[in-house]
Amino acid sequence: MKKVMTGHKAVAEAMRQVEPDVVAVYPITPQSEIAEYYAQYVADGIVRTELVPVESEHSAMSACVGAAAAGARVITATASQGLALMVEILYIAASMRLPIVMALANRALSGPINIHCGHSDAYLARDSGAVQIFAESAQEAYDYMLMAQRIAEHGDVRLPVIVNLDGFTLTHSSQVVETLPDEEAKKFVGDYEPLYPLLDVDNPSVWGPFAMPDYYFELKRAQQAGMEAVPEVFLSVQDEYSRLSGRPYKGFFEAYKLDDAERAIVVMGSTAGTAKVAVDELRSKGEKVGLLKVWLWRPFPRAEVADALSGAKAVAIMDRALSFGNMGALYLDITSAFAGREGPAFVNYIYGLGGRDVPVEHIVQVFEDLRDAKAGELRYLGLRE
Amino acid sequence: MAVELKSWRELPIGGVIPGGATPELNKTGSWRSKRPIWNSEKCIHCLQCWLHCPDDSIIIRDQKVTGIDYDHCKGCGVCAAVCPVEAIEMVPERGGAA
Repeated sequence: MKKVMTGHKAVAEAMRQVEPDVVAVYPITPQSEIAEYYAQYVADGIVRTELVPVESEHSAMSACVGAAAAGARVITATASQGLALMVEILYIAASMRLPIVMALANRALSGPINIHCGHSDAYLARDSGAVQIFAESAQEAYDYMLMAQRIAEHGDVRLPVIVNLDGFTLTHSSQVVETLPDEEAKKFVGDYEPLYPLLDVDNPSVWGPFAMPDYYFELKRAQQAGMEAVPEVFLSVQDEYSRLSGRPYKGFFEAYKLDDAERAIVVMGSTAGTAKVAVDELRSKGEKVGLLKVWLWRPFPRAEVADALSGAKAVAIMDRALSFGNMGALYLDITSAFAGREGPAFVNYIYGLGGRDVPVEHIVQVFEDLRDAKAGELRYLGLRE
Repeated sequence: MAVELKSWRELPIGGVIPGGATPELNKTGSWRSKRPIWNSEKCIHCLQCWLHCPDDSIIIRDQKVTGIDYDHCKGCGVCAAVCPVEAIEMVPERGGAA
């Protein structure tokens, strides 16, 4: 059914359909409405979820870990500082291989304090061991929230999955979103079968044991295997979901008019929508430009991204967060994927920090600047010099 | 003591230990630097040491102390400190878990 709804509502709708056993959440702009919608569903008896109104995000993630280890299906949501507070426990959730799904309403980290969009929160959790997916629209946020459940809970993966959606741009603006009928969504997500649930008192187990130098390394390597299993699972879940929804999700990224593109940009999140308008404008003038929009950021599909970009002459990689003292994280992801092989001239653009608007003209200018790209350059888009 | 260490492929997911009760299976007293020596002649079996021991390492039978579990005792010395009759003496450890 097609309805007009905000990104918040789209995420909350997916959560309502999944109807997890436990939602532990703490309010923070621009995520709060997700929790508010869900709290309303609980209060109205629409879902039977145990909503845990915790006193901080550190507690939220701790409650998620406890509930997930107990055997519950768990969802949470946060943004920016909230994620920063969760990160300590998020690493532990990943190491315990707990399939916690999280909606992250991307917001720039303090300081200075700011409530608007940026990807520095997602970047903070980059090495946490959580799978990270970026949505371009409220529709994608809804769709990936459902797919995330399946990816997270797959027996070979069993990792937290973060679905990123740009704060305000996606969370607060209304878009047309097509949702699945409840029964279809529930059937797609399926029943959750916990592993070694702590509530199974007849079969006790020890969770989160201490690991000394003799085992820590092996346990981290085993955790990496969970990440390594993601790509195959991601594709098969996408395939099943595409057939169910009629919306084509195919691959780790969307290649938009990229096949014959000489100049391309790579971006994650809602700016991809703006970039498509710029690509269309330039294409109508006969310019060979294209876009690669990353859906799956962690694990990073290195080989596939490199293959998709290898035909371009110049590529702008856009990071919505600074990695102080180095190039942006996405730039490093992609350029390192070209180690040992010929590739385009890569330029890194830092853009949109703290909600700085990215109009179509800026993206058009990026394509224009790519005509004489100086490889390895770090540029700032929309910054007053 | 040679221990067969497992490869990462053999470990249960997330480091979970199915079955529980792992402290009983593992000898965790190997890093003790002081060893409590219990004197059965001085002991009045008040069980203060048993109550205070954080590692459940005072062995009792029929409500009487019978010895110390050196496989799990960390040598913290709480037992010696709470003993009202100085029946436990802490001596430097000379190595070995038991």
